Amino acid sequence: MSDTLLQVEDLRVRFDQRGRRVYAVNGLSYRLRAGQMLAIVGESGSGKTVSSRALMGLLPPSATVTGSARIDGVELVGMPEPEMRRHRGADIAMIFQDPTRSLNPTMRIGAQITEAIRAHARVEKDAARARAMELLSLVRISDPQRRFYEYPHQLSGGMRQRVMIAIALASDPKLLIADEATTALDVTTQAQIMDLLGELRSRLGTAIILISHDLGLAASYADDVIVMYAGRAVEYAPTRTLFAKMRMPYTRALLDAIPRLERQSHARLPITPGQPPDLTALPPGCAFEPRCARATPQCRTSRPPFAQHEVGHWWACWNPCKDGEPV
Amino acid sequence: MTLLEVRNLVHEFTVRGAGGLKGGVVHAVSDVSFELAAGETLGIVGETGSGKSTLARCVLQAPRPKSGSVRFQGTELVGLRGRRLKQARRQLQMVFQDPYASLNPRWRIDDLVEEPLVGYGVGNAGSRRRRVRELLDLVGLDPAVYGRRRPYELSGGQCQRVAIARAIALDPALVVCDEPVSSLDVLIQAQVLNLFEQLRTELGLSYLFISHDLALVKQVSDRVAVMHLGQLCEVGPAEALYRSPRHPYTVDLLASIPSLDPTRPPASGRAVASGEPPSPLNPPSGCRFRTRCPRAQDQCAVERPLLREIEPGHQVACHFPEPVNAAPDGAAVDGTQPRPATVHYARP
Repeated sequence: MSDTLLQVEDLRVRFDQRGRRVYAVNGLSYRLRAGQMLAIVGESGSGKTVSSRALMGLLPPSATVTGSARIDGVELVGMPEPEMRRHRGADIAMIFQDPTRSLNPTMRIGAQITEAIRAHARVEKDAARARAMELLSLVRISDPQRRFYEYPHQLSGGMRQRVMIAIALASDPKLLIADEATTALDVTTQAQIMDLLGELRSRLGTAIILISHDLGLAASYADDVIVMYAGRAVEYAPTRTLFAKMRMPYTRALLDAIPRLERQSHARLPITPGQPPDLTALPPGCAFEPRCARATPQCRTSRPPFAQHEVGHWWACWNPCKDGEPV
Repeated sequence: MTLLEVRNLVHEFTVRGAGGLKGGVVHAVSDVSFELAAGETLGIVGETGSGKSTLARCVLQAPRPKSGSVRFQGTELVGLRGRRLKQARRQLQMVFQDPYASLNPRWRIDDLVEEPLVGYGVGNAGSRRRRVRELLDLVGLDPAVYGRRRPYELSGGQCQRVAIARAIALDPALVVCDEPVSSLDVLIQAQVLNLFEQLRTELGLSYLFISHDLALVKQVSDRVAVMHLGQLCEVGPAEALYRSPRHPYTVDLLASIPSLDPTRPPASGRAVASGEPPSPLNPPSGCRFRTRCPRAQDQCAVERPLLREIEPGHQVACHFPEPVNAAPDGAAVDGTQPRPATVHYARP
């Protein structure tokens, strides 16, 4: 397809640590169009962060990445580091959960943004400065003239995340990966930042991968949602389709476990027993089978294929939920 | 019966500025009063820096509050020291956010759960061992499997169960929970929340449950208190407060929650609490929410609104509270239009 910006095909990441093999991502495939917002949702250890760090070449040496990830036709997997340095930031930028740790505490924020601009393009100091001011207003930091000369500790958490977004946008990336970028923020600030990301997407045409544990965030803002479990995608659909026709029992369990305002106080939450599987020894069948209320004998012995069962709706389950049916 | 009565509690921190000079005073908790009945759960919600954790800790006298009164089971805790404070606190326990940080990594689970029993000289070694097994069973951990392990061999959810076992070891009347499930994944979070519910009904516990998550607080609470910049701005029965929030800040908080229904428009950051929260170092005069409030008027800058009862059991600290949201059609009783929770509204 011509308008495909990012194509990920059978991405696998394995870590070799002191004789143990951790299978973090086990064959992930998806496609992202320019200007699209894709949410990757899952619990800790589901592989959502590792898979997107693999795109940026930001994994430690113990990681082995295989498969393919192409941005505008350029293969990112296996790209040598010097070349990756040119792509990282320029094509793909990333913002992280903790903006305090991503910013240099001893540098004024203006200097940090200017540095990012000049790292990717030959720009005069003055022009870079003007561009930095422009970026500060773009991410809606009030009074950019003053904030330019402030240090990170003088800003609030929400404002620091805005600065991080400004730095990420410094080189006009085609893809912005937001890794739990609003998790550390308060709900009101989270709404402001999500609003900003949505606006940047429509104004600049930047595609966004939203990595989150929060299905609510995906429901409210993303175009498409991938749900991951144990390093694999288990359900993938346009957001409205997913929430209207949830097929995967795991997605259903995630949704049901979220406390909601509509529920009565002291109501018991539906429980999914057990723990996520050990990534060093994944079972031969479905990884969710030991915890699944809909499991059949087949689920234990053979892994359900991740396939497109309805138009645009992919899932990996032998016994999927039917319309309107509880788990 | 009132189990806990907090009156005019104040706590402040002095922060150091450049060169170690006195930089300013953080007004963490400013004149907070509330009551908690036996068997009741009071939820406290607020954003980062609203002082909810400081409030919880001051109830336990760690740190001792600057002024005010905390009466627990009829005993005034403020001013108590040494052995008398230890005895008074026996029935007052706490569960923290980070389960790993609250357990000594070198101890075995058996010893961790036994520690409070040893500290208060309960029973002998044999009876304490039996009690530890009983407690681990109660929190859903098999004593034969987990008793000899150490915290790093357990998952986060399991560690939090151990922390809960420690908290209930001495049969407390009140457990203060400070973000007890915030670091857990959602499926594990549901397991631990149900454990809290199960213990509440089986042991008749009261909780002071602190969280930034409004839906979570509703899930566990009978009554909810909303905290903003060191003060309570709304206190009420959980159902009533969520159905018809009266303080503009509560309305904004509720409007900011991402909806699980993709067909509804997302909460807009510009519609809700615009701008940055003010600094607790230098809170605004009068009402501390007025700088972000769409309903603020001149009076709000001059006069601090006090908590007053506007409906039975429902208190709000606002000069111009939101009209009653007469659900389900959303039309207001007094004719003015309430602000629906997810629809954008213009700022004045």
